[in-house]
Amino acid sequence: MAQAVAGPGAPGEIDLTGDPARLRRERIIRTLFFAAATLSVLVTIGIIGSLIFEAVNFLAQVDAAALVTDGWFPRRGLFDIGTLVIGSLLVTMVAMVIAVPLGLGAAIYLSEYAAPRVRRVIKPVLETLAGIPSVVVGFFALAWVAPNVVARLSSTAQEFSLAAAGIGVGVLVIPLVASVSEDAMRAVPNSLREASYGMGAKRVTTVTRVVLPAAVSGLVASFILAVSRAIGETMVVAIAAGATGGSLRTWNVFTPGQTMTAAMAALAAGTDQVRGASAAFPSLFFVGLLLFLITAALNLIADVFVRRVRQRY
Amino acid sequence: MAVTTPDTRTPTTEVVRRQIEGGRTDVSGLVFQGLLLLSLIVTLAILVLLLVEVIPGAITVFADRGVGFLTSPLSRAAARTGLSQSIQGSMIIGAFVVLLAFPIGIAAAVYLEEYAAKNTLTRIIDVNIRNLAGVPSIVYGLLGLAIFVQLLGGFTGGRSVMAGGLTLAVLVLPIVIITSAEAIRAVPDSIREAGFGVGATRWETIRSHVLPYAAPGILTGTILSLARALGEAAPLILVGAITGFLAIGGEPNFIETLQGPFLALPTTIFNFARQPGGDFRNELTPAAIVVLLVIVFLANFAAITLRNRYDRRR
Repeated sequence: MAQAVAGPGAPGEIDLTGDPARLRRERIIRTLFFAAATLSVLVTIGIIGSLIFEAVNFLAQVDAAALVTDGWFPRRGLFDIGTLVIGSLLVTMVAMVIAVPLGLGAAIYLSEYAAPRVRRVIKPVLETLAGIPSVVVGFFALAWVAPNVVARLSSTAQEFSLAAAGIGVGVLVIPLVASVSEDAMRAVPNSLREASYGMGAKRVTTVTRVVLPAAVSGLVASFILAVSRAIGETMVVAIAAGATGGSLRTWNVFTPGQTMTAAMAALAAGTDQVRGASAAFPSLFFVGLLLFLITAALNLIADVFVRRVRQRY
Repeated sequence: MAVTTPDTRTPTTEVVRRQIEGGRTDVSGLVFQGLLLLSLIVTLAILVLLLVEVIPGAITVFADRGVGFLTSPLSRAAARTGLSQSIQGSMIIGAFVVLLAFPIGIAAAVYLEEYAAKNTLTRIIDVNIRNLAGVPSIVYGLLGLAIFVQLLGGFTGGRSVMAGGLTLAVLVLPIVIITSAEAIRAVPDSIREAGFGVGATRWETIRSHVLPYAAPGILTGTILSLARALGEAAPLILVGAITGFLAIGGEPNFIETLQGPFLALPTTIFNFARQPGGDFRNELTPAAIVVLLVIVFLANFAAITLRNRYDRRR
């Protein structure tokens, strides 16, 4: 914008649009930053594109009968998706049995009972637990959980088992449940707690009848996120559940088994054969597409619940 | 007023509380609190157990071999195997993350927070980034396999450390964007107005005011995402990290190294843990785990310290 100014000398116009070189630099930088932001959309398109392309390739090579058989043995042409889905389901259920009570309990304690000083010490420890790589937890599940916990639960339990893997995955998602549900409870305004105490309610009543119901959306979100994370967890299952070559369909958590993720790792870790064996390679992408769709749906649902917490308070 | 003489030794609140409770103890409340405390203690105990499980094996290896375990190459013989190539591979992968994911991620965050108009496109990008952060890591491995190993195989050399590094850079990108955007959002508008007030353009304001102010927050997020990348195994297995005992031969130059086969710390741990019984599982796996945990914990510690100092300054 140009503006007329009466100066001491000749009255003239001062151009405030600025130095063209400076403006050009602004435009270039803005475009670069925009490109960086849209790259994430390209990544999504890349993921969906490559998954669908090879998954279609897989379905074209394999007849439908091979998709429902006794087990998942990709190198023998047996692609029973049910085996993997059941495996993932079992591991996730065991993981949630561990992670929900422990994670929620820790979250309630930290949010409603712990002194600020205790919180300041405990939170970083929980974050440390969250930072432990999943291969490490996988080894822990195999070397400690399997002989010390799973073997005591069932005398028929084998060294490698879905139960050990499930407990390991549970350990891995405890910090997620704890931190998301703690955030939800801390978002509950203090006025609600004060109203409850004002009516003469005890602390336990206030927590269970006022705070938890008020935070329920966030708690549900934390559970859904944990399920999504548990289904997507690979290394714990790959190490602790055994079944490297393939697995028969099983509902028994005390036997070795295969999940969607571990089946993909097992196929890829078998290295060079993967590309050779005709349908085994694209089967990776078919399982991957299924996994992607399931976790994306769960994450979207969790997002709706998280939003609800934010809108209310 | 001559009623009861208050007990001067106990605080008033204590007296009031006793009066209200009528001398009864709240059993259900105590049980509830006990259970909560128990779940917290069990959670913390797991962390301790995990460390106790790996430390004895690691001590055996490091007492026997010293730094030799860190400097010798992979070998099928348990007494001679080492982590040198794994550490090198993890360092190269870390470099890819730092050089690609950090600048692109921070640039995207700056765009979303400082430039983007509130329109449909921005909302799509925003939702998309949050969903990408929830995609299982192994799916990124599939992306890497399809794009970096197969489609761009001529450039990356196929199943190479470059493909692995690019894959993990893509994997942490959404996390870098989300944490950086949070840090930038926390910068008060008065800081920006100060910049605009002296005639700075938007970029000049960002560079000289917004980014320095948000730097500790951005650094915390980026360090944590680097730690995450260094601990990831699943995507690397998919793009073809060596999970057997294939030797890496010769003296490759820089480009050949980037395009060549590779090992990384987490995939080596997976490889060791899979070996049936014996020294690999009982001693070498714990030792390799301790090396990885030291790296990850140091990164976490740095990030948490940084954030605490930054929080106190506010």
